[in-house]
Amino acid sequence: MSEYLQVQNLKKYFQTPKGLLHAVDDVSFQVEQGRTLGVVGESGCGKSTLGRVILHLLDSTGGRIVLNGEDITHANRRRLHTLREEMQMIFQDPFSSLNPRMSVFQLISEPLVIKGGLSKEEIRQRTNEIMATVGIPERMAASYPHELDGGRRQRVGIARALILNPHFIVCDEPVSALDVSIQAQIINLMLDLQEKRGLTYLFITHDLSVVRYLAHDIIVMYLGQIVEQGPAEEIFRAPQHPYTKALLSAIPIPDVHTQQNKILMTGEPSSPVNPKPGCRFCSRCPYAEEKCRQKQTAAEVSAGHSVLCWKAKDL
Amino acid sequence: MEDNILLRVEDLAVDFRGDDEVAHAVNHVSFELRAGSTLGLVGETGAGKTTIAKSILRILPEVSARICSGKIYFNGEELLSLSEKQMQKVRGNEIAMIFQDPMTALNPTMTIGDQVAEAILLHEKLSQAEGQTRALDMLRMVGIDGGRYEDYPHQFSGGMKQRVVIAMALACKPQLLIADEPTTALDVTIQAQVLDMMISLKKQLGTSVIMITHDLGVIAETCDYVAVVYAGEIVEYGTAEDIFDRTAHPYTEGLFNSLPSKAGSQRRLRPISGMMPDPAYLPAGCKFADRCPYADDRCRREAPATRPVGNGHFVKCWQRGTEE
Repeated sequence: MSEYLQVQNLKKYFQTPKGLLHAVDDVSFQVEQGRTLGVVGESGCGKSTLGRVILHLLDSTGGRIVLNGEDITHANRRRLHTLREEMQMIFQDPFSSLNPRMSVFQLISEPLVIKGGLSKEEIRQRTNEIMATVGIPERMAASYPHELDGGRRQRVGIARALILNPHFIVCDEPVSALDVSIQAQIINLMLDLQEKRGLTYLFITHDLSVVRYLAHDIIVMYLGQIVEQGPAEEIFRAPQHPYTKALLSAIPIPDVHTQQNKILMTGEPSSPVNPKPGCRFCSRCPYAEEKCRQKQTAAEVSAGHSVLCWKAKDL
Repeated sequence: MEDNILLRVEDLAVDFRGDDEVAHAVNHVSFELRAGSTLGLVGETGAGKTTIAKSILRILPEVSARICSGKIYFNGEELLSLSEKQMQKVRGNEIAMIFQDPMTALNPTMTIGDQVAEAILLHEKLSQAEGQTRALDMLRMVGIDGGRYEDYPHQFSGGMKQRVVIAMALACKPQLLIADEPTTALDVTIQAQVLDMMISLKKQLGTSVIMITHDLGVIAETCDYVAVVYAGEIVEYGTAEDIFDRTAHPYTEGLFNSLPSKAGSQRRLRPISGMMPDPAYLPAGCKFADRCPYADDRCRREAPATRPVGNGHFVKCWQRGTEE
């Protein structure tokens, strides 16, 4: 199995008036070709920043990004231009990410036009092909985003991301804004595309039921750090980190007979600005003790499953 | 009228007038709410859930919305026939509503304590100091430290802001609380805290609740009764157990099939095909017929009646339920 994307000790800090904000702090993971890595966590945990740094929409503060064996951490402008064909992004809100003055056809064909070197006829043909692939009827080519419902708009976003035939897609909450029946249509589409094209997904979401369904592996983030990572099935079956446990227990289950034993956390995440060296979850953790205030190192609990909590094995 | 029925909505219909078309947002909806219970209104964006709620409080936009038919009885009093002045006494005092986005419900230039006190002083003859004491109690009840009375909304996180809004809504001890997607904008662990708090406050104060949500998980956790809303109609109504265990309407069935958490190990979800009809151009027959795998000629031709499927469990579908 080939490691398609490797991220090593990646850091992204932002300078703020109050100090250094550790948005992504020493994050390492890898994704194999054709697989989906789910990135879960709550607002402000750094999951979207992580996706943007990998795509070079934001510069990294430290660490390495290796794509297909090539270190792209410091890729120059020219290489970045070609890298965009390789890696693309699907955004959460298909309304704000689409230019309202462009038609569906213009929106979808825009990456091809920017890439250049194709005739009008070739562009038309490729655009029609991709529209058929994502399920946008040809009669909608002249429509504008405001005329489409949320599901169709997201299909346009997916078509735009796919038209250059990328191998890797960062999906930032792509179904969170959609109603459940439309969400299911888009999830199925994304699974189909992955199968047919061997796509690798970095799937960022706060919706744990979606990630459980889609992802092969999962990383759980809290205040910029990965607190747990491993195979999706294992993390859902036997979460190790106190935060993962609380997070999973908080999902409302659509069943009137399952009484979920919720682990209600007190308080809210502390600030990611100038974080203290110890465990970042310890102010909310029911098991916290003195040793948690020292620097933590990730420990493997089983093959490919690691956790950033020294007490996890005893809980 | 049964004495334990707090709210009864009969044949409610609401239209929105646009430039050259009329959207039928709510189409002859009837339901009841028992005192002390929680009714969930579940459905997708644009189904009419919020319009139903706003009709009860009569806070629909005056220019475009029109209540075409219906009666809304609250404690035996018909709300739609009240004067605006009488209605103001009901709003906030007897029926309160909280919205999805807590930021828009709070005044950014006022301390949160004073905002809660304002809600109380508006409805009760109390001195400023008494109002502040009550506001302080309310804040403590929703888990906000009294020391934050003088803080402004921007100093609070989303979850804490929603707590402030809930404190305001419950400050006058309303008999009915309408919660419109109260936790949708919150993170899941914060949602769990807020829902937990709402459930215990409801028990403590005996408030009846209408919970509007698209999340079947939230419904399962909080509701005694459920009304499934589709294209401005209640297509299924029953106890939470009826809806979850004896799902009758094909639309409700489709909602459950669309859930990733219900999919188990199968590799594809079973979404409902197509989309909800445009409320300005509703079909003549069953409004779900175009998307329904069981629909036949009669469904497309004739709007289904509300038919019983069990004790107190109703469905608007020709294929399900029995003739009355």
